[in-house]
Amino acid sequence: MTERETIAVAMSGGVDSSTAAAMLAHAGETVVGLTLQLWDQTRLAGKHGIPDAPKAGRCCSLDDVYDARRVAHQLGIPYYVVNQEARFEQDVVRPFVSEYLAGRTPIPCSLCNNHLKFDQLLQTARSIGASRIATGHYAINEYDEERGRWILKRPADLAKDQTYFLFGLTQAQLAHTLFPLGRLTKPEVREEARRHGLALAEKPDSQEICFIPGGDYKQFLTAYLEEQGETMPETAGDLVMSTGEVLGRHEGVSNFTVGQRKGLGVASPTPLYVLQIDSASHRVTVGADAELATKTLRADRLNWISLAGLERPMRVKVKIRHRHEPAWATLEPDSRPDAATATFDEPQRAVTPGQSAVFYDGDEVVGGGWIV
Amino acid sequence: MASGSGLVSGAVKRVYMDANATTPLLPEVVEAMHPYWMEFFGNASSIHLDGQRARTAVDRAREVLAELFHCHEAEVVFNSGGTEGDNTAIFGLLRPGDHLITTSIEHSAVLQSARRVGGTGGVGVTYVDPEPSGLIDPEAIRAALRPETRLISVMLANNETGVLQPVEEIGRIAAEAGVFFHIDAVQGAGKVPLDVRRIGCHLLSISAHKMHGPKGVGAMFVRRGTPLEPLLVGGSHERRRRAGTENVPGIVGLGKAAELAMKSVEDGTWDRVAGLRDRLEAGVLALSGTGLNGAGSDGKPVARAANTTNLWFDQVEGEALVIALDLKGVAVSGGSACHSGATEPSHVLLAMGLDKARARASLRFSLLKTATDADVDHVLRVVPEAVEKLRAVSPLAARTLG
Repeated sequence: MTERETIAVAMSGGVDSSTAAAMLAHAGETVVGLTLQLWDQTRLAGKHGIPDAPKAGRCCSLDDVYDARRVAHQLGIPYYVVNQEARFEQDVVRPFVSEYLAGRTPIPCSLCNNHLKFDQLLQTARSIGASRIATGHYAINEYDEERGRWILKRPADLAKDQTYFLFGLTQAQLAHTLFPLGRLTKPEVREEARRHGLALAEKPDSQEICFIPGGDYKQFLTAYLEEQGETMPETAGDLVMSTGEVLGRHEGVSNFTVGQRKGLGVASPTPLYVLQIDSASHRVTVGADAELATKTLRADRLNWISLAGLERPMRVKVKIRHRHEPAWATLEPDSRPDAATATFDEPQRAVTPGQSAVFYDGDEVVGGGWIV
Repeated sequence: MASGSGLVSGAVKRVYMDANATTPLLPEVVEAMHPYWMEFFGNASSIHLDGQRARTAVDRAREVLAELFHCHEAEVVFNSGGTEGDNTAIFGLLRPGDHLITTSIEHSAVLQSARRVGGTGGVGVTYVDPEPSGLIDPEAIRAALRPETRLISVMLANNETGVLQPVEEIGRIAAEAGVFFHIDAVQGAGKVPLDVRRIGCHLLSISAHKMHGPKGVGAMFVRRGTPLEPLLVGGSHERRRRAGTENVPGIVGLGKAAELAMKSVEDGTWDRVAGLRDRLEAGVLALSGTGLNGAGSDGKPVARAANTTNLWFDQVEGEALVIALDLKGVAVSGGSACHSGATEPSHVLLAMGLDKARARASLRFSLLKTATDADVDHVLRVVPEAVEKLRAVSPLAARTLG
């Protein structure tokens, strides 16, 4: 076997990536396991209500590294932990913090995939003599001869579809990445894990943001800024009704996210929702559920996958957050080549700046960007 | 369960150049230990003949260690290794109000103990920084002395650079000041002659597995009359200096390893290793964008352990180079492993004044005393290829090296 065929598998210690590694190893591929050490889970432990001991199922916890190592050992493949803490902090945690402080609601997983994970994995893979990487993401990628492009498609298990977080993959990254789980359902993956004798076949899925133990991003912001010796910027401002009526003051824009209902600190006969957060004036606008609906969105920092670029309006389905059912819209080019505007057929609830908008044509990911 | 990969099969020739991490047992050591697992299994504290056999073996090893240290047998204390020795010296001597002088390039067994006594233990701690060569200036130790200084702890050979510290001069300074002196000799023992009388130290720690003995066993020289509180209390083992049933097979292995180590110090083994190390070093330094860390890189030669060299590779992530070399059959180390097993830049290199990027781009090669010319040839074949490949894919290199 020549070294060109070596595959570096990103192993998190979870069922999915472990099974991906097992499938490749058992198919006779030459496999090396890599875990990116992204965040020290003990770093902010015990501060501002952050749990002392991170639970398992969180990336980079010691238990997960232990699990990944054990799987690699069982498969007889070399395994290494690669320290990317500095880059993760710079490219993911810092932007995450500043987005929140600016009143937006960022998605760190997409930031990580776009700016760190695939780029770094491919680079590390190449430097150690592997030409391709594999991950446990639920997605399908394949080369389309006709268009001369790599295509990213929704997986067999739509409930586990992770293409929403993968819209930033470049053609070069897609060409060198394998998603061995793309055509399997989650139950089939667990079955596969059992078949390969992996002890973690029943390990629960992780759902939360990996560097925020307990999932409370406000605790995290407070603890992180304190650790950095920085003070939480003053972002208090007016809480106003969509009619313009001032309801009172709020303590900071980072306490709010578009669509939020709880914790607004005002009494109202009908439920109120956050409609808009103005990062300049720190004004938070609230209103009725019906007012949350938006007909258009603009996204920038776009990445195109199935197209080289958008030249004319296109009918697509747009997904605006992880648990959103993609909705029909017409996508139109913008004056800026890396931006586009989508006009929904039906108004969509809680279009949230900072989240991604991902465009689908059937099963294919056309591209995506960040909602502005 | 089928093996999924040819990468860890025996197909790749393996060359181990990480002797400062650990060393394999020599066959003589395994042989010496063998009867003490099953045949002579007795507890060295027992009165019966089974116990006496074990006691005899422990005492024989103690004689060898006394010879290695140049001390009296009663001054040899067996323990679990270097970390325990370092911890015992610091926790066993220092009390609130005392002052400790150590260096910023010590092993973490010393640094973390110092941090603990310095934190909750009410002990003042001074960490003396090395010169860029990696050498501790004895005068910097003298300058750090205070009336309440009770202990100086300095290593014999640095694990990252191999630089040999001026322990004799520091010993004189300690004696003049009436201060206790501990030496972490884990990396130096078995590579250079040791003489605790000439150095004038009160405490000295060694570990068996760095000199072809078993893991989990070590020894400490404790000068008679040193008021050292034991770390472990219980039975009256080791003259009440260290409680716990003696690890008889381990101690026997340590004794044999020490005996062989003393031979190596005298028979020219290390001169031969130094020749191999120098050839390896010259071969790597012939590549563009490489350099030696400390140890005479500034033109002033510095004595160092014969087996160690620490080199930087411009535009290379050391962590990736370690992995790439491993997959090519060459075992080396870069920096220190953090909690997860990922690599942190070496605190020793940072203390020597290297910036983080350079420290991250550095690798330590540490040769076994059994290293061969063929080993060096192999490494010199593999390293240039691996470095070239890394530079080709490095985004840093793409900008500056074309």
